[in-house]
Amino acid sequence: MKIIVGVKRVLDYNVKARVKADKSGIELANVKMSMNPFDEIAVEEALRIKEAGNADEVIAVSIGPSQSQETIRTALAMGADRGILIETDEQLQPLAIAKLFKHLVEKEEPGLVVLGKQAIDDDSNQTGQMLSAMTGMSQATFASKVEFDGDHLKVTREVDAGLESIKVSLPSIITADLRLNEPRYAKLPNIMKAKKKPLEVIPVADTGVDVSSGLSVVEVNEPPKREAGIIVNSVAELVEKLRNEAKVI
Amino acid sequence: MSTLILVEHEGGEIRPATLSVVTAAAAIGGDVHLLVAGSDAAGVADKAAAITGVSKVMLADSPAYANELAENLSALVVKHAEGYSHILFAATAAGKNVMPRVAALLDVSGISDIIEVKSEDTFVRPIYAGNALATVKSSDSVKVMGVRTTAFDAAAAEGGSASVETVEAGEANDKVSFVGQELSQSDRPELTSADIVVSGGRGMQSGENFAMLDDIAGKLNAAVGASRAAVDAGFVPNEYQVGQTGKVVAPDLYLAVGISGAIQHLAGMKDSKVIVAINKDEEAPIFQVADYGLVADLFDALPELSAALDS
Repeated sequence: MKIIVGVKRVLDYNVKARVKADKSGIELANVKMSMNPFDEIAVEEALRIKEAGNADEVIAVSIGPSQSQETIRTALAMGADRGILIETDEQLQPLAIAKLFKHLVEKEEPGLVVLGKQAIDDDSNQTGQMLSAMTGMSQATFASKVEFDGDHLKVTREVDAGLESIKVSLPSIITADLRLNEPRYAKLPNIMKAKKKPLEVIPVADTGVDVSSGLSVVEVNEPPKREAGIIVNSVAELVEKLRNEAKVI
Repeated sequence: MSTLILVEHEGGEIRPATLSVVTAAAAIGGDVHLLVAGSDAAGVADKAAAITGVSKVMLADSPAYANELAENLSALVVKHAEGYSHILFAATAAGKNVMPRVAALLDVSGISDIIEVKSEDTFVRPIYAGNALATVKSSDSVKVMGVRTTAFDAAAAEGGSASVETVEAGEANDKVSFVGQELSQSDRPELTSADIVVSGGRGMQSGENFAMLDDIAGKLNAAVGASRAAVDAGFVPNEYQVGQTGKVVAPDLYLAVGISGAIQHLAGMKDSKVIVAINKDEEAPIFQVADYGLVADLFDALPELSAALDS
């Protein structure tokens, strides 16, 4: 069984996003970019499934600019077997991303697609669900535990009130939540080896997939700033302020 | 113009999140219709019909809808989507599971987490953990969206008198089945709808120490939340997590204890009306968003706070 795992190149988790002066988006020139943290978890899960003998090959897929090859190389250094970049300089919406993944699913016929539950740039949380709806593969989002049971998976999911578990048949799409696993670090020898692993680059136009979108960004703004508050000197003063000034208790 | 909303409910009650979605629909304008999918959910449909601003309720009653399986719910919504200009979901774990499927099945973009309605086709949504707000415009024939419930007041649960119509249920998807759930048991208000939230971070040092927050939450009728660091450290379960990837809350009072204030945490609580931070590190970023900051060791401050609330 093959596993496709999605890896998105995003502004690094620790870098504060700054809105461009012309309000067209976020400043991404000369800032550190990394693999979306949820995708690292997805890669780790795919590797663990392969290492447990439940899969033969892990294919890391990214959709984005040429530099996304670095993100794929990171996945290859972690242990993925090969990479595919669908190259585009456009910021595609989840609908288009899901269609492109569907294109690859039809070509590669994976038993499992593992994606991060959301990317920390646009915070959409859509691609996995869309891909499931488009392909008819079963859906197991926000996964915190994945167990194999023959041709089924038992997936524990993080929901608002706690945890729930569902049973899904393969092929399936899993989206990774934070506590699914602790991703490994790529070791230096593996980083060297990853450079020799196959990485196919496909221009988005060659896929024949319609990536047009009905959604456009009008402008991007800074959120309203909270006014700086005051430092109180004691618990008594705090309680007094909350009772008499803020009137919230 | 008309909007269809998928109602969220459990134990025969409509979740407050749905009431906020009704308010978002009212801001868009046009008729507001609700779809109740459930097993033996006629009582829920009657309650939905009483919500102010709702003109029609559709009820699809089937065991297939007992456990909010996304496959079944999305197929049902699409089956009844004809004619609607907008289809809205609460941006809850359940809503996020279904909304993108409906968008994909209708071949339109999904719009996640809207916090403002500018017009019938233009909406504002946070990106980058709320460090930026994107105004987006949709030219799709139907706008399929998730609504961040903290950004819209709840519609009145009473006062409406919509008609209830039973509609055809869909098939149950055979690729997925519900196994079970482990829900946290608490007498406290629900985190996302509580008026006061008391949250702990890594500074709490252990799960046992959260008892101090429970004590204070009890006195304030507050919910207890946590930062990702506290959840990752195993102090409390995942459903306590407030932040970019956890829950978004906007209570009247948010009390952050031993939380440094990473941007990912701030994303989940910075729209609270009043923020209080207790942290021994005066450089902690949480103080930059706090209305009232107390630089103190929480192990001294919490017992003192507990006592002060009794007086």
